[in-house]
Amino acid sequence: MLRDSDRIFTNLYGFHDWHLKGAMARGDWNGTKDILAKGRDWIIEEMKNSGLRGRGGAGFPTGVKWSFMPKTEGPRPHYLVINADEGEPGTCKDREMMRFDPHKLIEGALIACFAIGAHAAYIYIRGEFVREAEHLNIAIDEARAAGLLGPNACGSGWDCEVYVHRGAGAYICGEESALIESLEGKKGQPRLKPPFPAGVGLYGCPTTVNNVESIAVAPTILRRGAAWFAGLGKPNNTGTKVFCISGHVNTPCNVEEEMGIPLKELIEKHAGGVRGGWDNLLAVIPGGSSVPMLTKQQCEEVTMDFDALRAMRSGLGTAAVMVMDKSTDLVRAIHRLSRFYWHESCGQCTPCREGTGWMSRMMGRMVTGDAELSEIDLLEEISRQIEGHTICALGDAAAWPIQGLIRAFRPEMERRILDRQAKTQAA
Amino acid sequence: MPKLTIDGREIEVEAGTTIIQAADLLGIEIPRFCYHERLAIAGNCRMCLVEVEKMPKPAASCAMPVGEGMVVKTNTPAVRKARQGVMEFLLLNHPLDCPICDQGGECDLQDQAMAYGSDKNRCQEGKRAVPDKDYGPLVQTMMTRCIQCTRCVRFISEIAGTPVLGGLGRGEHLEISRYVNAAVSSELSGNLIDLCPVGALTNKPASYTYRAWELKKTESVDAMDALGSAIRVDTRGNEVIRILPRVAEDVNEEWLSDRSRFACDGLKRQRLDKPYVRKDGKLVPATWNEAFAAIAAKVKAAGTKVAAIAGDQADAETMVAYKDLLAALGSQAVDCRQDGAKLDASVRASYLFNSTAAGIEEADALLIVGSNPRKENPVLNARIRKRWQKGGFKVARIGHKGDLTYKYEHLGDDASILKAVAEGKHPFFEVLKNAKKPALIIGQGALSRADGAVLLGLARKLADAAGLVRDGWNGFNVLHTAAARVGGLDLGFVPGQGWRDVDHIVDGAHKGDIQVLFLIGADEVDMKALGEAFVVYQGSHGDAGAHRADVILPGAAYTEKSATFVNLEGRAQQTRLAVFPPGEAKEDWRIVRALSEALGKPLPYDSLKAVRERLAKASPVFAAIGQVVPAAWGAAFGAEGSLGDGALVSNVDNFYQTDPISRASKTMAECTAAFGGGCNHKHKKTGTHG
Repeated sequence: MLRDSDRIFTNLYGFHDWHLKGAMARGDWNGTKDILAKGRDWIIEEMKNSGLRGRGGAGFPTGVKWSFMPKTEGPRPHYLVINADEGEPGTCKDREMMRFDPHKLIEGALIACFAIGAHAAYIYIRGEFVREAEHLNIAIDEARAAGLLGPNACGSGWDCEVYVHRGAGAYICGEESALIESLEGKKGQPRLKPPFPAGVGLYGCPTTVNNVESIAVAPTILRRGAAWFAGLGKPNNTGTKVFCISGHVNTPCNVEEEMGIPLKELIEKHAGGVRGGWDNLLAVIPGGSSVPMLTKQQCEEVTMDFDALRAMRSGLGTAAVMVMDKSTDLVRAIHRLSRFYWHESCGQCTPCREGTGWMSRMMGRMVTGDAELSEIDLLEEISRQIEGHTICALGDAAAWPIQGLIRAFRPEMERRILDRQAKTQAA
Repeated sequence: MPKLTIDGREIEVEAGTTIIQAADLLGIEIPRFCYHERLAIAGNCRMCLVEVEKMPKPAASCAMPVGEGMVVKTNTPAVRKARQGVMEFLLLNHPLDCPICDQGGECDLQDQAMAYGSDKNRCQEGKRAVPDKDYGPLVQTMMTRCIQCTRCVRFISEIAGTPVLGGLGRGEHLEISRYVNAAVSSELSGNLIDLCPVGALTNKPASYTYRAWELKKTESVDAMDALGSAIRVDTRGNEVIRILPRVAEDVNEEWLSDRSRFACDGLKRQRLDKPYVRKDGKLVPATWNEAFAAIAAKVKAAGTKVAAIAGDQADAETMVAYKDLLAALGSQAVDCRQDGAKLDASVRASYLFNSTAAGIEEADALLIVGSNPRKENPVLNARIRKRWQKGGFKVARIGHKGDLTYKYEHLGDDASILKAVAEGKHPFFEVLKNAKKPALIIGQGALSRADGAVLLGLARKLADAAGLVRDGWNGFNVLHTAAARVGGLDLGFVPGQGWRDVDHIVDGAHKGDIQVLFLIGADEVDMKALGEAFVVYQGSHGDAGAHRADVILPGAAYTEKSATFVNLEGRAQQTRLAVFPPGEAKEDWRIVRALSEALGKPLPYDSLKAVRERLAKASPVFAAIGQVVPAAWGAAFGAEGSLGDGALVSNVDNFYQTDPISRASKTMAECTAAFGGGCNHKHKKTGTHG
């Protein structure tokens, strides 16, 4: 279990003052100038050494991402874009960070800007996060007034501005290139890659897009050293992570824990255990709605990190743990997720535009069993026809929950179909 | 230059090439819907997926740049499976109404479905239907058929420069639409039909009248404007059903203006299909011999008081025949400049679009004088826009201020501004002078003014002062609006020394000094001013000239004969006979040949080959079919003098109706009603104008 002294987000629950004064009392903005003074290469090297993997879901090493930016600023300015469009069902970590610890993000933004040679950072925040956007703007004003941000930020000689841009409610705008499009004022549709944002990003300029959590933990990592962060968690899955535990647990919560904590321990210690006891557990979605679910048996031993979950053919994603006990109608639950992806598909690529609707409708019939047994295989095949064939990962995200359901709970689906057929015949 | 392997075949291509382009070079076919080589890459249809070694997922070959040592496979089972999957998704909500779809038989989706489609539908759910949009009189929509490839969206915003289309809604509800339901007001909207890979956007005037496989296809050249776009005339029986562009990289790329494409229904209306002779004030049908006899009687009495004016669609063969006929009658009062443009036929460089259409893409500064390229030649205007999009291109305009689909500096509309620029007293002079390849476009709106010759002289002065003509570059461009014009000037269909030009011919007719006037499809001269003159109208349509005529000789339209036109670049091109002229109408030069016999002055040629040899003698341009014959710069042209008053305006007021064919076209009339003419009017009514 993570020691209190190793916690990064010390005001995750909003018990303390989130304003600049309170944040400084907790150590934020402490020695930022000295960190910047150590230079760009040192920062990037330290971030690489810390082993921090992007907290937005894909888990790409943050330091490596920063190092992709051109070393010197050419005729095109560099930009940092912070993805605060937290929309993954089950996930609510960035919101709490921005509401109660906005200065961690602002400070991180300054450091990241410096490290990638940017003078401007845009925080693209989900439109529904009204209070969070307000807090961020207040925090930016406080930091500017204190000389921590703006021209010659923290006395470092580096000019840096941070802007908050509110989204308009599309899930797809959380995809980094769609986010950039949306930020530019266009329709939020993912761009083709290559070119990657580090080459051609916001307004065609080199851009780094990072998740809120990845940026917010950076100052603490640099203050306490890469070795400290790398010493937490497991190799290749280092540091701490904020987990969002929701669903059929006694005390749903956000909690910062070490990477690689066993799932069972996470649920039992922090969320008060599964409703009705561990044996009442049916399945867990371990990383936000996009990743395939785990069965109870898998939950017994799995640890919460990128590699272990990948080995279970699931994923850490955003670390949003959704617990479902035996009262859950799993098929209906996945149908609901399937409808979500159908609703949120941007419509650009054929497989996702046409396939999400087809899958969602088939899933709808699976709920009532109004289908043929062979349609389970068809459903699986359709999901494979979408997966990996689209511009962005939304197609994959729509396919995985269904694949997970079929893999783990096929007998349940078959039972419904046979029951329904039997009833029809009897009638 | 990266080297890659596609299906085991090696190829070296330029860096930045995409896999699909490399495969095209090798002749390896990769199916596609959204990809089009002239549009930005969208990569959204996912039909072109290929396998690339060391890549975890199949790659969209249209968007993936080649890399050194890349190994691409386009025909593996996995690729086939991926494409079959995409095809299944595309057909999921496609109505499959091929039997009643105009695109049937020439549909990309239909073709690809033959290769990758399944013969059965695995989907039990219902199909989506999308409400149709009203895109105006030219483009028929059937949006349920749309596969959201966004080619139309990209064309209308990138090439046409009128960004009115976009995708509304998202996911399954994505619809291609205008934001407000209104017609697509672009002069190039017909190209949407060609680009649409399915039957969502089809030819509205021709809808439900043909099946693609019934049509006979004749490759020809357009004569509706001066660019001479390469076209394909699709006919059934003796009827032109539709006109499509052909690829001609140096001329029209693969675009065609709406007038060139849709005015073809005018070929069936208002046609002159038999000779007429005016008796007791009324035109009555006559035989060819009666008509010729009536002319002969008048010509005999007139002596040398005969003249000829050629219209905008007169072909070179006819003009040379008339020139020779009048010369035999002792008159050199011939003119092909019916609008009175002060063009100088003696200096070829003074009336050509010297930079060539493709060459305008190299220019880095441009001054447009008295012209509205968007209305006068939309396809050429798209080239200018293409150049403008690449950046580093300064455009200024003297003339009416309106949207040209690219940004330009409006210098004003007074002719004196050209003078200031030419004399180096205007800041834009420096822009032209400092540019590497500066260009000027002067339009017929300027040249047909009374002071046109002075304006031409100023343009010449500017060309010399600012260095528009440099090593390997000639940026002096005259933008013509008439297909016949350059050919007429090249063969010398202009008055001989001391003979009357068009203004004086009309004046002479009014005063009785010209007794017989031949109008060769010339309808833009002031018919009321022709006085008592005996007017012979030879042409295809019953337009202004035919109403005034005393004898009508029915001719052929450009789709009904093999005829030579020289485009504005100085490129001689030949049309082909796609259908026969209606009724008793004949190929035009043959009428002149027959007339010459009746007048007792038989012309020395009686085959098309012989006429063309005569043309080649008049100018070597006519011997080099399909090639631009450049003109030497050197001799002076234009005049000095004082400038007149009044703003410089374009000579094309209503893009849709400029000539007898388009004026006879119902479609063009509908367009005029829908989009309005009058681009020269400064203050358009807006609805809130009070």
